[in-house]
Amino acid sequence: MAEAHAPTAHAQHAPQGFIRKYIFSLDHKVIGKQYYFLALFSVFVGLLLSILMRWHLVWPDAHIPLLDKLSPVGAPGGLMTPEYYLSLMTMHGTIMIFFVLTTAPQSGFGNYFLPIQIGAEDMAFPRLNMLSFWVTLAALLTLLSSFFVSDGPPLAGWTAYPPLSAVGSVSGPGEGLGQDLWVISIALFCVGALLGALNFIATTLELRTRGMKLMRLPLTCWAWFITAIVGLLSFAVLFAAGVLLLLDRVGGTSFFVPAGLIVSDKILSNHSGGSPLLYQHLFWFFGHPEVYIAILPGMGITSHILSCFSRKPIFGYRAMTYSLMAIGFLSFTVWGHHMFVSGMSPYTAFAFSVMTMAIGVPSAIKTFNWLGTLWGGRLRLTTAMLFSIGFVSLFVSGGLSGLFLAQPPVDVNLHATYFVVGHFHLVMGVAAIFAMFGGTFYWFPKMFGRMMNETLGKIHFWLTFVGVYAIFMPMHYLGVEGNVRRYSTFIDDFMQPLLPVHKFMSIWAFIVGGAQLIFIFNLFWSMFKGEKAGINPWESTSLEWTVPSPPPHDNFAGKIPVVYHGPYEYGVPGAEKDYIMQDSPEVVAESH
Amino acid sequence: MASHEAVSIPGATESVWSGGASPYAVVPKKLGMWLFILSDAITFAALIVAYSYVRVASENWPRPFALWPSIVNATVMTVVLLTSSVTMVMAVRAAKLEMRKAAAGWMVATLSGGILFDILHVREWLGLIDEGVRLFKNPWGAPMFGASFFALTGLHMLHVTIGVVYLAVVAACIARGKLTSDDVEVSGLYWHFVDLVWMFLFPLIYLMSAKTA
Repeated sequence: MAEAHAPTAHAQHAPQGFIRKYIFSLDHKVIGKQYYFLALFSVFVGLLLSILMRWHLVWPDAHIPLLDKLSPVGAPGGLMTPEYYLSLMTMHGTIMIFFVLTTAPQSGFGNYFLPIQIGAEDMAFPRLNMLSFWVTLAALLTLLSSFFVSDGPPLAGWTAYPPLSAVGSVSGPGEGLGQDLWVISIALFCVGALLGALNFIATTLELRTRGMKLMRLPLTCWAWFITAIVGLLSFAVLFAAGVLLLLDRVGGTSFFVPAGLIVSDKILSNHSGGSPLLYQHLFWFFGHPEVYIAILPGMGITSHILSCFSRKPIFGYRAMTYSLMAIGFLSFTVWGHHMFVSGMSPYTAFAFSVMTMAIGVPSAIKTFNWLGTLWGGRLRLTTAMLFSIGFVSLFVSGGLSGLFLAQPPVDVNLHATYFVVGHFHLVMGVAAIFAMFGGTFYWFPKMFGRMMNETLGKIHFWLTFVGVYAIFMPMHYLGVEGNVRRYSTFIDDFMQPLLPVHKFMSIWAFIVGGAQLIFIFNLFWSMFKGEKAGINPWESTSLEWTVPSPPPHDNFAGKIPVVYHGPYEYGVPGAEKDYIMQDSPEVVAESH
Repeated sequence: MASHEAVSIPGATESVWSGGASPYAVVPKKLGMWLFILSDAITFAALIVAYSYVRVASENWPRPFALWPSIVNATVMTVVLLTSSVTMVMAVRAAKLEMRKAAAGWMVATLSGGILFDILHVREWLGLIDEGVRLFKNPWGAPMFGASFFALTGLHMLHVTIGVVYLAVVAACIARGKLTSDDVEVSGLYWHFVDLVWMFLFPLIYLMSAKTA
């Protein structure tokens, strides 16, 4: 049954009303933008929280203006309590991991560009697509509402480890209604993520246009596809963990709470028979794949941009796809390395350690292929290119410390220190954010029909690039020195001599935070005042650059393209130009 | 591998994986249902892992289910659910043959099986609650018995109930000529999956906790 697939939703006319066109839209491009702006809003909330934390860490006596308005209990007179510090940390982590890193690169850019890049008129299930966005928005609002309940947001961290997260308000402020809202928010997010993942997989498999073989897919599409598979298999487990945690909290059960627990000097008599370790296993079975959900789309975007602005084919296309698959598969075998200090047989820890280091192999393959792509290329150092090179730099710097942490005996010393904070912020957080910046500068002309300002972009890049290293590299030294993480102040113990380092990092955090205003200005100014963009301003080859900027409602105005080439035909000897579009029937002599 | 692959013109010799076709020869919604089933199966798997974890970690896990009425009741429920899978197969067959009324009829038979299953199950729940089983309390032993029992069977019952509504909607539409046989088949996939989950829950929840003499 090799019949041509029927176009799904867009065979009809484009909707005309404002509501159907921009709010409850079925168009993957509008939904992609909705996800993008949801993540953009979230990232600034998360950034603000981190700045408040850095502020309090080094000036613990400072009264932060307006903070007492947000929480008179958590920050009386603007001076935050240690518990409120933990609440801010919890919200920072949850917002950044779920609503930024999981949302923008996959659901934002993926929704917008996956269908266009494979030559489809929309996603396979436009209605599910709309539903997944609105469920995700509901999840975000549920989470943010915990700021405004009486005892504030939860403080159990983005991992919500029980017993802290399971026994209710006895374990601290925010552990009542705030933690309930957290669990409900995450369960909702799981539903949205599962619907999105299902849609991405079906779209990639079913809706590729004629000639778009799997080995002609842009690496962005491969990354979104594999991320969707990883998400489909892992969010289902987080959902189960969330259901059980909610039962423990509101149903009075004890899946995750052992007997005889003493919390706040009281013995909890109403719990017995459960295990916090069970939660940790369920959580990290999701949680480790989750960090790859955050970074894999960034790898795809980076590969795409590096090849375009090096004017060279991506080095080792097949190796790139196979290493994406390998990382996706291995991500399910390493969750135990988050639990080396939780209590684990040394043999089990050894197995997890070996698997963790094995991920270094496909990661190194990708890194060397990126370098191989850059090597000898005719580099065009646009802002998108700078951010992509920055991604490679951050991924290497952050990834190397992962090899330290993969060793159980080393991890036991470093686990609760700033070393881990530095590691995951560089390799997963900032690297993925750099891929988003790269993607924004690269695709902005297509999404909004105008160019972003390159000068502002480069100023923003250099401030951010230098700044994030200044913030996160010292964390490694602090960690080796034994600087414990999750403390709200360091004023009265052996960590005090390290305070000047913290001051240095905090000042850089303020600079980097301020530099993001340049980006925001650039984004919105360019949206209305930027130079008009042509169809293909970057001389790229993939299908989104064959349609007008922005693309029409059904992407190709009814003329579905046929694909003749791979996605990275740059610098082709004997071709008319130095690149060949994927849908160009141009034949070039094969060069062995 | 050559750095620039040779151009191949799409044509009859291309494989189904070359784009422009469905590689599994299925409509997207059928693939979508399979993917949903995959992730839902993993959710159930995680819950079953949690159940086995607390069961193994607990002393004196209760084994309260006597042959009469509990095991017999659960066996009848199993037979009802299995029968409804057979009627679902008949519905899909009728739909493929464009016998819309017959398809709707078989689907009504299927969802009736679901309703009967729900009724028997709720009766079972009420009986246990009457004996003093609560989410975190029971007269026999480890309190987590109730939590795992109600969580697993409750989530399954929710799936059956959603399935009954889903089948009713599809049956009504099929009878009025609105949907296609693909939609019947996709709803059938869901129904068989719910049935399959019960085939795991029945031995793990009931038979392993059967009262021994």
